[in-house]
Amino acid sequence: MSSPVITVENLGKRYMIGRQRSKKDGLRHAIEDAIRTPFAWLRSERKSQKLPDKDFWALKDVSFQIKQGETVGIIGRNGAGKSTLFKILSRITVPTEGRIRLNGRVASLLEVGTGFHQELTGRENIFLNGAILGMTHAEIVRKFDEIVEFSEIANFLDTPVKRYSSGMYVRLAFAVAAHLEPEILIVDEVLAVGDAAFQKKCLGKMGSFAQSGKTVLFVSHNMEAVGSLCQRALWLKDGRLHDDGNADDVIEAYFSSLANESSFSSTNPDYGLSIQKVRLKNGRGDEASQFHPGEDLVVEISYDAQKRVEKPYITVGVTGINGPCFIANMLLDGHRPETLDGTGRIACKFRAIPLLPQNYIIKMSIRTKNGNDMIFNYQDVARFNVVGDLTKYGYKGEFLSRASHYTPVIVPYEWCLPDGTTALVSLGSLPNQIAGDFH
Amino acid sequence: MPELLIEAGRAERQYWRDLWRYRELFYFLAWRDLLVRYKQTVVGVAWSLIRPLLTMLVLTVVFGKLGKMPSGGIPYPLLVYCGMLPWQFFATAMSESGNSLVTNANLISKVYFPRLIITASSVITSFVDFLISAGFLVVLMIWYRYTPPAAIIVLPFFVLLAFAASLGVGLWISALLVQYRDFRFIVPFIVQFGLYLSPVGFQSSIVPERFRLLYGLNPMVGVIDGFRWCLLSGQQHLYWPSLAASVIGVVALLVTGIWYFRKTEQTFADVI
Repeated sequence: MSSPVITVENLGKRYMIGRQRSKKDGLRHAIEDAIRTPFAWLRSERKSQKLPDKDFWALKDVSFQIKQGETVGIIGRNGAGKSTLFKILSRITVPTEGRIRLNGRVASLLEVGTGFHQELTGRENIFLNGAILGMTHAEIVRKFDEIVEFSEIANFLDTPVKRYSSGMYVRLAFAVAAHLEPEILIVDEVLAVGDAAFQKKCLGKMGSFAQSGKTVLFVSHNMEAVGSLCQRALWLKDGRLHDDGNADDVIEAYFSSLANESSFSSTNPDYGLSIQKVRLKNGRGDEASQFHPGEDLVVEISYDAQKRVEKPYITVGVTGINGPCFIANMLLDGHRPETLDGTGRIACKFRAIPLLPQNYIIKMSIRTKNGNDMIFNYQDVARFNVVGDLTKYGYKGEFLSRASHYTPVIVPYEWCLPDGTTALVSLGSLPNQIAGDFH
Repeated sequence: MPELLIEAGRAERQYWRDLWRYRELFYFLAWRDLLVRYKQTVVGVAWSLIRPLLTMLVLTVVFGKLGKMPSGGIPYPLLVYCGMLPWQFFATAMSESGNSLVTNANLISKVYFPRLIITASSVITSFVDFLISAGFLVVLMIWYRYTPPAAIIVLPFFVLLAFAASLGVGLWISALLVQYRDFRFIVPFIVQFGLYLSPVGFQSSIVPERFRLLYGLNPMVGVIDGFRWCLLSGQQHLYWPSLAASVIGVVALLVTGIWYFRKTEQTFADVI
C-alpha cells in the first residue's frame, strides 16, 4: 500500500491582473496617493484612482492525491493552469487558498539550465546549476564524472558556455538535472527543447527514475511522451481539474474535445444549405478523434437545408499528409438521397480503415444538379489521427518507428518469398498469417 | 523527512531550516558574481582597489587640502581611507544588493530557494571587495609608518556592525525594488547624498556637540567613527551617545529589513 506523497486540497491561485499590470505601480504613485488622500482611512468612502482589480483565478478548487511511485502526467490547453500548479508545487509561488501536503524531497525542473551563466565554463556551471537545484557541493563532486559522461561534452568542459551549441547547452543542463536525487520529481515541458536524440535520452532517464519507485509529475503538451511515460493523467481545464484517471483514457478524451472544438460549420446562402457540425465517431457510436487501424470510422454531417436541395451528391474522403487515401463518392456509387430538406444528418461509415498511425483530414463536398453545381467545394471539415501499436498486427520490421513516414493505406497483401514461404499482411481486416503456406 | 505544508499566509517555520539546507548557495552565488566580474574585465581584479583609491584621492584633495578640515595630526589620506572602507561596503550593498533580486529574476521565477540568500550573497560579494580594500589599508599604514592603537582588537565588532547595516539596507532596497521599480532612480541619489552627509571626507568631531546625537541616527556615523577609533590613535575620542544611537539604528535597520523582506517574499515570483 503506497502512501500519498502529494495531497492537494482545494487549491486556488488568484492573480489580480488589473492592479498588477497597472502602470501606477511606482513608489511615486504610492507617495502621491498618500499625499492626496492622507486621511482616506478615516473616511469610509475612498476615492481611488487605481483601475478596478480584475480577478483571474489561474487555479480553482483543485484537489487530488498522488501516491508514491506513480507517474502522473498533467495535460491541458495553454493557460489551463498547468504551470501555475507546477509553480505552487515547487514553492516558487504561494497559493491563494487551499493547501498542499508534500512528503518527500521535491526537485522541480521548469527549464533546463536555470542559473547558467554564459561567461562561466561548463565545469563551473555544473557546480552553480547543481547548487541552485539543491545539491550540496559534496554531492556534485561525487556525481561530477557521471554528469559529464551523460552530457557528452567532456572535451568542452573548460570552455565558456556561451561558446556551446544549443544542443550541447541543453544536454549539459539536463545532465545536471538528471542527477538530482529527490523523492518527487516534477518536470515541466523540458522536452520542448532539444533534438529527437536528446528527447529520447530525457524520456529514458525519466522512465528509469519512475521505475526506481520514485514519484514523477510530468507537465507536457507532448501527448506521445505523456502516454508512454505516465500511467495516470490529470486534465486541467480553465484552472479546474476536469479529469483524473488512466493516462490513455484521459488523453483520448482530451483529444476528442480538441477536435470537437475546432468544428467545421459553413453556409451556402445561394442554396440555403448550411452544415452545422461534422462529427467523427467510432464503431461504438462514441465521438472520437483518435482511431486504431482496422476500426470503423463514421463521418456524421448535420445539415440544415432552408431551401430544398434537389439531387444532392455528397463526397466524403480521407486525405493524409502525402495525399488522398480513399473516398466515398455518391457520384460513382449512385446512392444519393432524392432531396435534402430541413434539418437532418447523413453519415458515412468507413469500415475497418486500413490506415497506418498518422494524422489525417476528412474532406467533403456537396454538389447538385447532375453533379455540376458545387454547393460546397471539396474542403477540410475534420481531422483525426490513427494511433496504435503495429506489433499487434504482426508487424515486426526494423523501421516500425517510422511508420508515419510511409504511404498510409495498407491493402491486404501477401509476399511470396524465394524460399517458398508466403507472408500475409493486413491492418486488421483479415487475420494475419506470417511465414505460413497459404494457397 | 517531515511533511511539508504549503498554504496561503502561512509563516513558514521551514524557512529557517531551508536557509540552513541551502547554505552552500550563499557561497555559490557570491562565487559566481566574483568569477563573472573578474572574467569579464582586465581591470576586474584591480577594480576593488582603484575605486577606493581614487575616491580617497578626491576626498583628500577636496576636504583636506581645499577645505582644510582638521585631521588631528593624522595623515589626511589615512583618515579618509578609514572612513571610506565601511562606507564603500555600505554603498555597494545599497546599489548592488538592492538590484540583486531584479537581476536574478530568472532564478526567482523558476527555482525555489530562500530568496534571502540572493541578497545576502550579494552583500557577501561586497564584503569581499571590502576585504581587498582593507588589505590596501595595511599598505597605506606601512607607507605612513603608522601603527594602529590597541583598540584595534575591537575592530571585528565594527566590521560586524558594518555588515549588519549593509545587510539591513540591502534587504530593504532589494525587496522594495521588486514592487516599486522606479525606486532604482532614488538609490544612486541616496548614495551620493550619503557620501557627503556621512563623516567619510571629514571627521564627525566637526559636527557641533548639540547635534551629534541627532547625527548619530545615521547608522554609518557610528560605524565610521568606530573604524577610525580602532584603527587610528591620537585624539580620536569616541562619542558614545552617537555610537549608541547608530547601533540601535543598525539593529533596527536589520530587523525591519528582514521583516519587510519576509513579508513580501511570497509575492516576488508573481511580481518580478
